[in-house]
Amino acid sequence: MKLEHKIFDVKDFASEMAKLKTEKHFDFLVTIVGEDFGEEGLGCIYILENTGSHERTSVKVVASDRDKAYIPTVSHLWKGAEILEREVYDFFGIIFLGNKDMRRLYLRSDFKGYPFRKDFKAEEGYSLEDDNEPDYTMEYSLKQDGTLQATQHKLFTDDDYVINIGPQHPATHGVLRLQTILDGETIRKIYPHCGYIHRGVEKMCEEYTYPQTLALTDRLDYLSAMMNRHALCSVVEEAMGVELTDRIKYIRTIMDELQRLDSHLLFYGCCAQDLGALTAFIFGMRDREAVLNCMEETTGGRLIQNYYRIGGLQDDIDVNFVKNVKKLCEYIKPMFKEYDDVFTGNVILQNRFKGVGVLSKENAISYGCTGGTGRAAGWHNDVRKNHPYDMYGNVEFDEITYTEGDCFARYKVRLDEMRQSVRIIEQLIDNIPAGDFYIKQKPIIRVPEGQWYTSCEGSRGEIGVYLDSRGDKSPYRLKFRPMGLPLVSAMDEILRGEKIADLISVGATLDYVIPDIDR
Amino acid sequence: MEIKKPEIKSIPYGEFKDNESLEGLVKELNDNGVNVITGSLDQLVNWGRSNSLWSLTFATSCCGIEFMAVGCARYDFARFGFEVCRNSPRQADLIMCAGTITHKMAPVFKRLYDQMAEPKYVVAVGGCAISGGPFKSSYHVVKGIGEIVPVDVYVPGCPPRPEAILYGMMQLQRKIKVQKFFGGANRKEKKPIVVTDVPKDFNK
Repeated sequence: MKLEHKIFDVKDFASEMAKLKTEKHFDFLVTIVGEDFGEEGLGCIYILENTGSHERTSVKVVASDRDKAYIPTVSHLWKGAEILEREVYDFFGIIFLGNKDMRRLYLRSDFKGYPFRKDFKAEEGYSLEDDNEPDYTMEYSLKQDGTLQATQHKLFTDDDYVINIGPQHPATHGVLRLQTILDGETIRKIYPHCGYIHRGVEKMCEEYTYPQTLALTDRLDYLSAMMNRHALCSVVEEAMGVELTDRIKYIRTIMDELQRLDSHLLFYGCCAQDLGALTAFIFGMRDREAVLNCMEETTGGRLIQNYYRIGGLQDDIDVNFVKNVKKLCEYIKPMFKEYDDVFTGNVILQNRFKGVGVLSKENAISYGCTGGTGRAAGWHNDVRKNHPYDMYGNVEFDEITYTEGDCFARYKVRLDEMRQSVRIIEQLIDNIPAGDFYIKQKPIIRVPEGQWYTSCEGSRGEIGVYLDSRGDKSPYRLKFRPMGLPLVSAMDEILRGEKIADLISVGATLDYVIPDIDR
Repeated sequence: MEIKKPEIKSIPYGEFKDNESLEGLVKELNDNGVNVITGSLDQLVNWGRSNSLWSLTFATSCCGIEFMAVGCARYDFARFGFEVCRNSPRQADLIMCAGTITHKMAPVFKRLYDQMAEPKYVVAVGGCAISGGPFKSSYHVVKGIGEIVPVDVYVPGCPPRPEAILYGMMQLQRKIKVQKFFGGANRKEKKPIVVTDVPKDFNK
């Protein structure tokens, strides 16, 4: 989607955004993109969606004073904005007036400078000392005379019992840290700490040529490596006006669904392991290997395939691909019943999942929890249905939704989606048309000026890529919409009042991947 | 009383021929002179140690998934005695660093290493842990965990295939089998090597 921004002034930004939310029902804040516009100043681009009509729009706001850049917050309109604004503050140093939590999100609190500004110079070396994190947050407001006023809010009271879960903890699925305030064993508040695997992918992309940037996407959310790359290829292809052949579209759709199968099988395994069911874990991983075999013969990679490229695919499919995928489909269909038999019906699972960790539909939309988490709450957010790309408009499949919004619904959504993935693959695999697998591009790819945003349905939500090109051979700004960040920001809402043991169930079913959150 | 060549059970000697570093270790062992009694006790202890390597589950990114795959039915590292994974560094023999270490993670990683009991080993899995890998030019990535802790085995790949991880672990087994446990590997805590004075134009 080529972006035609509505441009708002900082002064009436807050009221205009409120109007968009209430009058035009843009109730889903897809993402906030911070950007250094050079001489124009620092600013943000807000991408919004109307969840009824699926219409999308983008809003641009620029703060011209680089040293004292501020923009009014929208965190009272969309709950998910709070953490997205913290991200922008961390990278660009833009202060959001009225946001109650203006701490750094990814970088250490003693980090100097704002890395995504164009004039940032990285310092050599790093500290092996622990970070002395502040135990307060800052809230900024504007005084009558135009100066900024800071107010401190304490994170903890003296009676609070605080437990740190992570960054090295088996149940956080990576290096996430959750600062949990407990009352007995009831959770009162969770402060998520991200950034332990922040690798600065977006900043690196600004120095790389377009084909080079592709290599980094697979390593963001490695369990939806294909979809990440799909989104980035799509946005560049759309910007350059490349028309793909049907063969490419068919293969990409099949590969995406195989990847989804792989990811959900791993979800099933990890979910089981978190609850202590080792057999189910082994079952899930066993069948995942069967899926990997199919992909490996064509792509040569197990986990990270590096298969798509701008204008098509790296190589044609393997001669045995069609045969093997059909065999896989036949093999895996009876297995779904086995998963249900061995794990879904288990009393322990039922007790630990049903009615636990409820996220309402309103909150799912407000936080922007896409993917299985949103669909478990009854929000129809499947990008494949709402904004069909490649072959998804031409195949039959159901968008799985539940209404409970609890852990069990989130678990069931994934299991049912695997069946739908097989259904999609079966419709396509016999009819792959002949044609080119790659449309030749120039050796140096230059994208015309403009801004684009394209998204794909990843394994755990909407993976979107925002591209700002100035006609160069590398992007001016490239931003990935992380699938996991809204899920982590919603954890506090989901878990407040629940028992600490349920944090494990909720973490398992939210199914976030940390390198995707931190990028 | 010297042993001419330390006999290593269950791994044919021929496999060591190409590996110069291991030869060096064997030579060092021979030069210093080994008592027969402690020598055979060493063998016994090292046989046990090398076949029950407990690793800390420490995965920061992609390589962690391959580590899980190695643990599962198809690759099954229980065959070698690695299957017990500990979540606490105090109970682990080795830290398998699977993934990128960022500047924010570096103090945490060093603390985890320091918390482990001697003798302890480090396996660097994947390009990121070895040198920063694809993220080498980033402002927030440690260029190899060798800067923070001493590394015993490097397993290259992005991510390494499970077979490569198995091979790396077998190399670690071999390293352990030629170590002196009494008065050698079972030494007191040493300060980790921290390299800080890398010249700025080192990579150019």
